[in-house]
Amino acid sequence: MPDIHSDPSTPTAVQPRLLLRGTGLDKRFPGVHALQSVDFDLRPGEVHALMGENGAGKSTLIKVLTGFHRKDAGTVLLEDVPIDPASPKEAEATGISTVYQEVNLIPHLSVAENIGLGRQPTRFGLIQNRAIKQRAQQALARVGLKIDVSNSIAECSIAIRQLVAIARAIDLDAKVLILDEPTSSLDAGETAQLFEVVRNLKAEGIGIIFVTHFLDQVYQISDRITVLRNGRLIGTWPAPELPRIQLIEAMTGNKFSEQQPRTASVEAGTQRPAEEAVIQVKRLGRRNSIAPTSFHIHAGETLGIAGLLGSGRTELARLVFGIDRADSGEVRINGKPIRNGSIPAAIQAKMAFSPEDRKFEGIIPELSVRENIILALQAQLGPLRPISRAEQIRLADQYIQALKIKTPSPEFPVQNLSGGNQQKVLLARWLVTQPKFLLLDEPTRGIDVGAKAEIENLTHQLCQEGMAILFISSELDEIVRTSDRVLVLRDKMPIGEVAKDELTEPFIMQMIAKHEPEGAAN
Amino acid sequence: METKTFRSRAATKIVWPVLALALLILVNVLLDARSFNSFTDAFREGAFLHISFKNGYPSGALIDILNHGSKVMILALGMSLVIATGGVDLSVGAVMAISGATAAVLTVRGLPPTVVIPIALLISMVCGLWNGILVGMLKIQPIVATLILMVAGRGVAQMITGAQIITFHSPVMEFIGNGRLAWLPLPFPFILVLIMLFITWVSTRKTAIGLLVESVGSNPTASRFAGVRATSVIMMAYIFSGFCAGIAGLIAASNIKAADPTHAGLLLEMDAIFAVVVGGTALTGGRFFLGGAIIGGILIQTLTTTMYAQDVSADVAPLPKAIVVLIVCLIQSETFRNKLSKTWRRKQS
Repeated sequence: MPDIHSDPSTPTAVQPRLLLRGTGLDKRFPGVHALQSVDFDLRPGEVHALMGENGAGKSTLIKVLTGFHRKDAGTVLLEDVPIDPASPKEAEATGISTVYQEVNLIPHLSVAENIGLGRQPTRFGLIQNRAIKQRAQQALARVGLKIDVSNSIAECSIAIRQLVAIARAIDLDAKVLILDEPTSSLDAGETAQLFEVVRNLKAEGIGIIFVTHFLDQVYQISDRITVLRNGRLIGTWPAPELPRIQLIEAMTGNKFSEQQPRTASVEAGTQRPAEEAVIQVKRLGRRNSIAPTSFHIHAGETLGIAGLLGSGRTELARLVFGIDRADSGEVRINGKPIRNGSIPAAIQAKMAFSPEDRKFEGIIPELSVRENIILALQAQLGPLRPISRAEQIRLADQYIQALKIKTPSPEFPVQNLSGGNQQKVLLARWLVTQPKFLLLDEPTRGIDVGAKAEIENLTHQLCQEGMAILFISSELDEIVRTSDRVLVLRDKMPIGEVAKDELTEPFIMQMIAKHEPEGAAN
Repeated sequence: METKTFRSRAATKIVWPVLALALLILVNVLLDARSFNSFTDAFREGAFLHISFKNGYPSGALIDILNHGSKVMILALGMSLVIATGGVDLSVGAVMAISGATAAVLTVRGLPPTVVIPIALLISMVCGLWNGILVGMLKIQPIVATLILMVAGRGVAQMITGAQIITFHSPVMEFIGNGRLAWLPLPFPFILVLIMLFITWVSTRKTAIGLLVESVGSNPTASRFAGVRATSVIMMAYIFSGFCAGIAGLIAASNIKAADPTHAGLLLEMDAIFAVVVGGTALTGGRFFLGGAIIGGILIQTLTTTMYAQDVSADVAPLPKAIVVLIVCLIQSETFRNKLSKTWRRKQS
């Protein structure tokens, strides 16, 4: 910071000047003290990670800074000037822009229109299309994106949308950029690209607040880390001085024994013949979706599926479970072929599927925890063989206890639970049907560290009890911890299987990265 | 405890339509009081609350409401299930006309009621099946799919009757819409309502059908992924709605002892939708409340009767009706209630 030292008016300034400074920020909601006198500051050209489990107060802090919520107490200084934005729009005008996890762009409008939305240059009340396009191109250049700005947003990939949203955010001379879980839908290559953009913005002197659940990424990009828990500030540390274990301990508040390495429960399993497997998938494929793929899983074995986003992981799971109809190949459970393209047939054969998109494909939001838990079993029994209410209550209570689902009552609508608890309800729904084969597609996406560990441990436990499990995740460390073998997919094709003794993150990464034109994985 | 929270949810939903109904009855009493210039005559002859006994059967405005409202109440039961799946059935009025036309033509041909009634109901269920196929299997938007039969159905009814009003004489057929049982002196159509309510309640809440309907309405994709046969659940709801429309159609024909394909059940689909929504079932699908739908039906009919009693012309009557429905919906809306209480608190401080 040479300019600070050369500034004669502040000879004592040894510390870097603060861009944003919040002191004693306090916010109450009915029944919750969401933010309890929290201090937070941001330096120019810094990436400051904001960490905490669900309900820690991260979102509230951000919403207070951006004017979405009015703070109850405390002060916010932006470049030493007190601000009190009444709306996100006001905050944007003062220089605080936000990109949210679920990008709020309008799908049917073009890229240019999305960037210029709400601030179109006009002449005589008419919108000037050419000016909008030029401005959009300039904004996109800052994030290193060269695309046709007249394309509609709906045609862009999620990664591009994210960059467009950032371009929109910094278009207004932003001084502070808040990124709320920007990488949750991105694969490794796209994340690297995003981080490149973040580094450039950093060099321009923009202060960046980065909210994420991914520990790896925090250490890759952040300068400092602030941890919140239950609405309280736990501390702020320079990232290199905070070991991972301590970060997790600060977030969860417990002493955390590092994830148990997978006990080699079925070392001999790899030797068992494929014909004895619980599930055998032979050359199962569908045009434009996934090339013919084969695998088998024995009882008490977990097969991981690794691959980048769009590599065909979810497509494969959908074919196996009968959501989509396969063009070729077959699925056998205990040697018996399953009818193609029928979910009820798959469930009848004791398969279970926890989908990737919990909100739209998993939970039934309005129904209670109890009803969500018994739904799959009831659907299997059919409408005319109802499970008695007493039995429903017994099953719900049993699984709420066994999976430690945090809910005020079994009658509570599932939509009001946290993501981790919703995921557990989904697991309970399938465990009630006593499946032999469990398909888990991104079971830990977007849930907090504590719940994540619980879900992983649960997977281990079920596996040891003799279930065959297919585990899909974009987090390689999770796959390596959880799986006995790993099937690697790339570009909608299987490219190989990794056995237990070779199972390491770098090995899988190399497999995925091999022959890739841009070598996106690093 | 579980049953309690479940009941209390249904109970809070039913509070508003019941309150609105009570208020509406009070309005009628006040109007009576004004015209009689006295409050003590609320029960005298000609008053809204007056119930007289003719030949041992009670009669009066309140009894008329139950009698004439029965068609909407029965429609509302079927409509509740359809709306709970996230759909809507605009064709019920037309199906009423088809059902009535079929019954009249067959009765005139000399067939006994034991044959006529099942055939009329069967045809109504086929109409429901048609809607179910369009919505459930072909995934046509419910409002468009049922609009087709709403328009075409009247044409079908005209074809059945040969485009004329067909009058019939049959003691059993006339009893359906006008009869009184000796041991239960309420209008027979209202007894049909109670029977249908019981049947609907048992077949949705004592089986898993209610849960599956609510599940499909709340999240169709997730339901399918959980193994729910969403298509058959949706088709079943429309078939049941057709069945209810068939019964309502028999009542309507029986009321006038004739089949009138142009006017039978005209615009009743709107009243049925109002009744369901006022009763607490959201048009977006999910939870449904049968008791609420019945109360909603009574509320709508009370409104209609009030209009007649106050000599509001039939052409203008829909306006005040719409206003009352709007008010009940606003009171039910949590957003609106919060806004209202906020303004209230601000004024107080």
